[in-house]
Amino acid sequence: MKQWLLGMTAVVALTAGALPALADGDLHIYNWGDYTNPKLIEKFEKQFNVKVTLDDYDSNETMLSKVREGNTGYDIVVPSDYTVKIMIDEGLLEQTEPSKMDNFKNVDPKFVNVYWDDGRHYSVPWQFGLTTYAVDTAKYKGPMDSIGLLFDPPEELKGKINVLDDMNSLIHAAERFANVPRCTSDKADLKKVNDILQAAKPNWKTFSYDTITKMTSGDVVVTQTWNGAAYRMRIAIPTVKFAMTKEVMEGWMDNVAVLKGAKNVENAKLFQNFIMDPENAALISDFAKYDNGIMGSHKFLPPEFGEAPEINPPAGTSSEFVPPCPPEVVEIYNKMWTNLKK
Amino acid sequence: MASTDVAAPAPAPATPGPASTLSAAQAAQQRMEDKAQVRRWILTAPALITVGIFGILPLIIIIIYSFLKAAPYGGVVWSPSVEAYVSFLFQQDIFTDELVFSPDFLQIYLRSFVFAVGTTAICLLLGFPTAYFMATRPPKQRNWWVLLITIPFWSNLLVRTLAIMFIIRDEGLLNNLLIGLGVIQQPITMLYTDFAIVLGLFYSFLPFMVLPLYASLEKLDFRLVEAGYDLYASRPKVLFRIVIPLSRPGIIAGCLLVFIPALGAYVTPLILGGGRHLMIGDLIAQQFGSGRNWPLGAAQALILMSAVLVALFFYVRASTGKVKHG
Amino acid sequence: MASATKGVDLRTQFGFHTIAVVCLVVLYFPILILVVFSINANDLVAVFSGVSTKWYEKAFFNEEFHNAAKNTLIIAVSATIGSTIFATLAALATTRVAPWRGQNSVYMVINLPLMVPEIITAVATLSFFALLGRTLGLNFGIGNIILAHLVFCIPFAYMPIRARLETMDLTLEGAAADLYATPFKTFWHVTMPLLMPGISSGAALAFIVSFDDFTITQLIAGPGQTTLPLYIWNMIRRPMTPEINAISTILLGISILFILISFWIAQRRKAG
Repeated sequence: MKQWLLGMTAVVALTAGALPALADGDLHIYNWGDYTNPKLIEKFEKQFNVKVTLDDYDSNETMLSKVREGNTGYDIVVPSDYTVKIMIDEGLLEQTEPSKMDNFKNVDPKFVNVYWDDGRHYSVPWQFGLTTYAVDTAKYKGPMDSIGLLFDPPEELKGKINVLDDMNSLIHAAERFANVPRCTSDKADLKKVNDILQAAKPNWKTFSYDTITKMTSGDVVVTQTWNGAAYRMRIAIPTVKFAMTKEVMEGWMDNVAVLKGAKNVENAKLFQNFIMDPENAALISDFAKYDNGIMGSHKFLPPEFGEAPEINPPAGTSSEFVPPCPPEVVEIYNKMWTNLKK
Repeated sequence: MASTDVAAPAPAPATPGPASTLSAAQAAQQRMEDKAQVRRWILTAPALITVGIFGILPLIIIIIYSFLKAAPYGGVVWSPSVEAYVSFLFQQDIFTDELVFSPDFLQIYLRSFVFAVGTTAICLLLGFPTAYFMATRPPKQRNWWVLLITIPFWSNLLVRTLAIMFIIRDEGLLNNLLIGLGVIQQPITMLYTDFAIVLGLFYSFLPFMVLPLYASLEKLDFRLVEAGYDLYASRPKVLFRIVIPLSRPGIIAGCLLVFIPALGAYVTPLILGGGRHLMIGDLIAQQFGSGRNWPLGAAQALILMSAVLVALFFYVRASTGKVKHG
Repeated sequence: MASATKGVDLRTQFGFHTIAVVCLVVLYFPILILVVFSINANDLVAVFSGVSTKWYEKAFFNEEFHNAAKNTLIIAVSATIGSTIFATLAALATTRVAPWRGQNSVYMVINLPLMVPEIITAVATLSFFALLGRTLGLNFGIGNIILAHLVFCIPFAYMPIRARLETMDLTLEGAAADLYATPFKTFWHVTMPLLMPGISSGAALAFIVSFDDFTITQLIAGPGQTTLPLYIWNMIRRPMTPEINAISTILLGISILFILISFWIAQRRKAG
């Protein structure tokens, strides 16, 4: 028993002692899981002699909860569009003025005056994408041009659909199908959306974010998902196709921002500038498989990705960024969601 | 039947002086009691302090949150309100704006409750024989059996859950095997059903039933069992009248350690159940996430905990009375 | 104890042996699948297509994995040792004693963490540590996570120890006292050894609970403090490769090795 304790203490002491040596400067990045190219980090570390740590989160909400309480130790976070807006409104972000940085000229103009950071005073584009759905066309050969496939599927697809376990994505998609405005507070419209959801639920097999596995394991034939995920599915199963719907599609963008009170603000600013360089942006895209919003990056990408259908929407389709809904509407969404999943 | 008479683990009390000094004897007894009491507090202090500071204080924060208003995008606004508690049972109807009794949350609580009870029952039914088996192995072997039982749990729970999914999904190992052997024509749907959830919960919580049971059974005085047989009792009778009552502490411990966490289980039911139905864990998490209603989440949790606390309190009162002194 | 032959015969119950074996098979089957698929040559976890050890190579050189494993080990071992010691002390004071004032409250307090849904503990602890950081400037680094784990490990360690104590035959301790052993000697040489199965069960449970914890750790972990469950959870969201199987198998192997070594040491000590 005593020897056992001794042994345990030795293990703890040894492992604790193996801490990394401190470098010139540090940078603590908090990003989505599987979203950061290790090569990008290496390049940044070498170029600026900074030691970078990278930790993962799985949702904006988790990150927001942690950051809101403060004192997290992170310098950089990568919130989605609506989360950036919330964080700016609550004073959680450092105003680093990316619009005044050297590489800012590379940012695609259509992403400069965005609803969450008009003029880009806080955040820099990381990746952006679309959310509709993907279909294994080997198992389903019918039309896939409308978001209605998720809500009013043909007989053969019933019970073979996965939708995202995401209140906003799903409800907004239903709103598009019902042709009512996003974040509508009109009671009649909301009832319409509620009915669509209730009617569609029996056709859904699962509610899950693990869309890639659901597809590759054969659990479902159709899954609501993001274009980058669809690209990865296609690599595993060549017959997978991403739907570019005739209704306006959900667009989103993840942005690099610096937390207020971060210890390593200067290094964080360097990082923000660093990723606005087309070559570096290409590194990000090559890993995460989404487009990046920096002009001139496509020529650094391997052609099979640069020309992939997932990141090149056909003419005639459009996408929209959706701001967070006002609290009263969120309350109603919440009720609808509980009602849907009870 | 013989039951182990319990005595306080202190040395034999000091013998009192001559009969005339009765009050002195009482005083001595009192001093001993006080010393014993102080010692008990010292023994429980580390656990109490740790749980007190890092368990209870944070909880108080949550209690306070439940009586505040929700901030628009998550977090709380420091103005008091009982909205959260009211909305547990009464919601404004979406379309008529009246305050209506809404059983939604109760339904979700009931579902979790049923799953927890089911899991506990299955863990007990399968865990008791397993623990008993382990406890009746030759003493040298016993540690190996404990090892054998715990090894599977030294792999990460998530990965094990994935392995389960791999086995039971429609195009998974089990179905392919059965179809290949010609036993069935169509795959049996096991994944994303209630069965999958119970299986997953059983898998996560089995050691929490087996280990306390084993700890209790291992020290069972089998001479009592022998005595039972000597009195011509049948095997089932010996089991139900001797073994089970004597291992009651282990059974209770196991049931508590399975039931209570199973009530609030979050990740495993989510992954295996397919997310089609909310359970308490997911419901509460939702409030701290895109639901943006921290007070409601806090209130839901506190309501759950109060129910469990009340049940636990009654159990404790009932069981401490059972301790006899030698 | 009963004589060998008669005892074994009488102690068995119908079907118990079978059920135990079935349980073990059910428990081990997914583990087996896990290990088998770690040598899968195919990129996809779901399809088997040949043998390869490339995933083990990947896992060996995976720095994030090393870091996460190291953190998890430090946290789990510390929390286990701490919680088992605290729980043992508390169990001794609250079991088999004449009911004392406050005993019930102690029991409730110790078991309170068990009753709190994980997500609530997570948010509460996050808020609490943030408060500590803001007002008192206290931040224990990875100690924060260890403290949080200690709290919920204590009830898991406590219950089996208490169950064991309640079932224990106290005549031995009485005998030791009669033989003029001091309370401490009685405790160390009689009570403790008898209590060991309870303590090891408690420690095993505490370790499992800490090792697997996801929800709470997710919200409290700071930079560089990722643990295995967090790391694996994020890996799951990617197109899964058998690397995750290789990682799990390696962990399993290390744990088994570790336990076997400590067992061996214990046996040697007993013999020596």
